[in-house]
Amino acid sequence: MKIKKNIALSDTGFVFDPSTGNSFSANPIGMEIIRQIREGKTQEQIAEHILKTYQTDAGTFEKDYHDFLNMLNRFRLTENIQ
Amino acid sequence: MKKLQYERPVIQKLNTGLTNKFGTRTESDPVTHIDDLAVEKLIAQFGSPLFVLSEQTIRSAFRDASRAFKNRYPKVQFAWSYKTNYISAVCNVFHQEGSWAEVVSGFEYEKALANGVPGNKIIFNGPDKSENDLKQAITNDSLIHIDHMDELYMLKDIAAAANKKPRVAIRVNMDTGIFPAWDRFGFNYENGEAMEAVSKICNDTQLSLVGLHCHIGTFMMSTSAYGIAAKKLSEFALNIRKKFNRNIEYIDMGGGFASKNTLKGSFLPGTDASPTFDQYAEAICESLLNAGFTQENLPLLILETGRALVDEAGYLLGSVISNKRLSDGRRATIMDFGVNILFTSFWYDHKISPAQSFGSHHEDTVLYGPLCMNIDMLRENIPFPPLKKNDKVVVHTVGAYNMTQWMQFISMRPAVVMIGTDGKVNLIRRRETIQSIQHEEEMPLYLKNFKL
Ligand SMILES: Cc1ncc(COP(=O)(O)O)c(C=O)c1O
Repeated sequence: MKIKKNIALSDTGFVFDPSTGNSFSANPIGMEIIRQIREGKTQEQIAEHILKTYQTDAGTFEKDYHDFLNMLNRFRLTENIQ
Repeated sequence: MKKLQYERPVIQKLNTGLTNKFGTRTESDPVTHIDDLAVEKLIAQFGSPLFVLSEQTIRSAFRDASRAFKNRYPKVQFAWSYKTNYISAVCNVFHQEGSWAEVVSGFEYEKALANGVPGNKIIFNGPDKSENDLKQAITNDSLIHIDHMDELYMLKDIAAAANKKPRVAIRVNMDTGIFPAWDRFGFNYENGEAMEAVSKICNDTQLSLVGLHCHIGTFMMSTSAYGIAAKKLSEFALNIRKKFNRNIEYIDMGGGFASKNTLKGSFLPGTDASPTFDQYAEAICESLLNAGFTQENLPLLILETGRALVDEAGYLLGSVISNKRLSDGRRATIMDFGVNILFTSFWYDHKISPAQSFGSHHEDTVLYGPLCMNIDMLRENIPFPPLKKNDKVVVHTVGAYNMTQWMQFISMRPAVVMIGTDGKVNLIRRRETIQSIQHEEEMPLYLKNFKL
């Protein structure tokens, strides 16, 4: 899964897709995940980072991560190349 | 390094130009305590879900209402409408404040007696009073409000047989300019039916007509309808005096004042839209004072206010069971309480707050109960922070009609606690157990055994 290249991310949690004109807002942890996907990190690497930084467990994060990816897909913020 | 608090990742599309009509922040500001007691602790002690009542809030609502009427009118009496919330501890808070009891069934009547209300301070309303109910009410000198002709005749016969002269009123329905008019209870004013009932009572020595009663509807947003009703009942009382030389001792205006809940489909939240006690009192008292009664014949004003006195004192605490994503992308959260115990979610968009703090991000969420039925929806669309399993929520303004209309369905009804004015919490109704249900059942012998 890849995030579209031209997506603009702000420090304050705004996500802008110039190809559709849509804008979105994400919470800080959502922004962190989007950035890491964009940097090419794998799910394992992202999970490792989140579990190190936040009070959560692997099961909870895995569930939430997939839900979040589904939303990115639904909002067409991803390039599905797999 | 201490780990940061986790919150599920959320991304939400921004709809320019479409703002939420209520503003999103206030609704999801966390409510962690009720009357200084922590929601977490209450649930840990009494389980989830849990109804919580604030005695302080009940008493201050009552005093507010009482002050509004007593400042404007010299003779005022409240009667607690049992069906609104008949948990005995709740009733007794109202009785301690000076309320009589207003009941609509033999069961409620028994409850009022058991709570210690003297029989002559019980108002017996409703279309369904049995012969035994009426006998008991006559013996106790209760105020019997006649709903229909069959009851009038039955009451006459019972009174004659008992050689008693019960004190009665008739329930009157009328056009107060609201739609739909409640015309299925009592006798109609405009078509002369009410006067006919009165003349049947006054031309007979068996019944003593002492009052007139109406209840023009419930959750009435219009104060002028009350002004009209009070004016019509006053006119009626004065006419009865002229025609039958009988003094009407009281006018009972029933209940129906709106609480601070938000009706489904209402544009404004109930906290802004509902009239105040002062506004209702102004409409009613002005009509009574200007109707033309002499000072000594001014009738006692009785009020059977229900929901407006207790709704805000009630909270329902609950927990998140699970989160889901619906096929259209919306977030759905399943709570551990459903419409079976939150009956009023059919009428209101209840305010629901998370009970723990969150970041500032929200997702439009559908809140479902746990029942395996499609109707079990608590809120169709509420901007909510990302809750996770076991997080707690507080549903507001649930004190009226839920703890009486709740259904035992699929699971047991929860416990009810009251936070006293001393800040201590008291269990006032235990959580039901399987015994509560099984106790009433009988198994025919031949169905006892089976082999699988
Ligand atoms: C006769 C009568 N009195 C009082 C009430 C209490 O009404 P509310 O809770 O709307 O004040 C009702 C409720 O329907 C009623 O039928």
